[in-house]
Amino acid sequence: MELTREEEAALDGKQGETLALAYRTLVAIGEASGADRLIPIEWAHLSGVNYNTIGDAGKEFLAHLSQDAKFKVKTTVNPMGFDFDSVSRYHLDDKFIENQRSIKNSYEKMGVIPSYSCIPYEIFDVPKQGTHVSFAESNAAIYANSFSGLKTNKEGAFSALASALTGKSPYSDLRDDNLRKPNLTIRMKVESRDELTYGMLGYFAGKVAGSSVALSGVNGLDRRSCKSLCAGMGTSGACGMFTFGEEEGEKIDFDKNEMQKIHDELNTSEKGDLITLGSPQLGIDEIGDLASMLKGRSFQKRCMIFCPRAIQGQIRNLGYSKEIERAGGEILYDCCTCLSPLVDNKEVDSVVTNSVKGAYYLKSSNKVDVNLKSLKRIVEEETR
Amino acid sequence: MNVKVIVRGKTKGPLLVAKNPINFLGGIDKKTGIVHDKKHDLFGKSIGDKILAFPFGIGSSVGAYTLYSLKYNNCAPLAMICIKADLTTASGCAISNIPLVVISKDDYDLLQENKEITLDAVEGKIL
Repeated sequence: MELTREEEAALDGKQGETLALAYRTLVAIGEASGADRLIPIEWAHLSGVNYNTIGDAGKEFLAHLSQDAKFKVKTTVNPMGFDFDSVSRYHLDDKFIENQRSIKNSYEKMGVIPSYSCIPYEIFDVPKQGTHVSFAESNAAIYANSFSGLKTNKEGAFSALASALTGKSPYSDLRDDNLRKPNLTIRMKVESRDELTYGMLGYFAGKVAGSSVALSGVNGLDRRSCKSLCAGMGTSGACGMFTFGEEEGEKIDFDKNEMQKIHDELNTSEKGDLITLGSPQLGIDEIGDLASMLKGRSFQKRCMIFCPRAIQGQIRNLGYSKEIERAGGEILYDCCTCLSPLVDNKEVDSVVTNSVKGAYYLKSSNKVDVNLKSLKRIVEEETR
Repeated sequence: MNVKVIVRGKTKGPLLVAKNPINFLGGIDKKTGIVHDKKHDLFGKSIGDKILAFPFGIGSSVGAYTLYSLKYNNCAPLAMICIKADLTTASGCAISNIPLVVISKDDYDLLQENKEITLDAVEGKIL
């Protein structure tokens, strides 16, 4: 890689150990991915916030780093393990809470915007077309590349962190227009469509595609389906972007058979003890939709609904939270289904969700069974 | 032997050569540096203060934090040699300041267990 004189000096430690560490990380990732230089980025979004994902090693690293590190560009963060406002209602041990607090404090000390959300594209103003950002949350990276006109690789926790500290990222893969073009098209052949089928399409695409993929036969996506597609894709592989329409090169059909295979992989129960909605977190449109679907109905079991803190005031003012809480829903902010310590396999055997990404992590990390169905079916079957 | 530098640095020490890929998150005790994955060919051995050669890293990207813990607990390798630099190993070595280089499969097969080598991960040479 060719570095500028300033970058070279920072790498050699002339601006302190923190920047040396950040540049070492960018250069290492750049060398490993074939980049020839570093380029400026305007916004970093970090993963590695939930104590369940980074553990003691991550907590210690961040505590050490935050002693003198400061973020150089706009930096937002993924959800943490729970909502501090409601954590006392859950049986969570004090150690987890303390460890999570330490991680939160470390990030905030370094100057993060305390968003604790996996949908930064929905709660912040999006920069102008073609702007380079550095998003570590996979659904957000895919959404940014595919819908928001931004450019990012599907970053790792450390590459995004190093980008936040330096305002730079290696120029490789999806940052390069020549490498963004998909060479595989997936033809959507499933007739009936809802957010769940699009989630499974994404999950299928993530498994078979390289860094980008074209989707044909897809149109009229609502917000819920867009997010589900991005999250499904981010869960199963390395793919960081899609385009609409057919491209040259190989073509694969996503038909009923392929969809059934994925459903069989992720759906391991015909019922659940608990419902979770959100992964990705629900934004204001989806919360509004949910509130109107729940008019005159009530959940027959616990239902946890995950949202960004940024919409708390609005959904209260619009009366959505009141309607959802009347129906028995528990709205939680700053956290999400994925690797949630609030879903404990000592208390529940199986969970109902419409999220393909949620299903994957509930199975692999929380070790519970999953009943995967669309939101429409959840409301029909789980409320009265 | 010429190498591609991923994380810079210079060091000297005995080689520890693995046949299997390493999962840092699940396979290594971060407090002692001892390989505790029973299925791994280095099972029971310490990777601390050695120049560790292994094909590539596997498993969760959180494994990068394990490398940092090893360094923090003074039981990290002196340097690492891989055939392929996966992003977890690359970023883990970078945040922990452990020199990392990539070599070809043919050169990898020439590495001898316990042999004292000098690794120059600035000029890109193994002596």
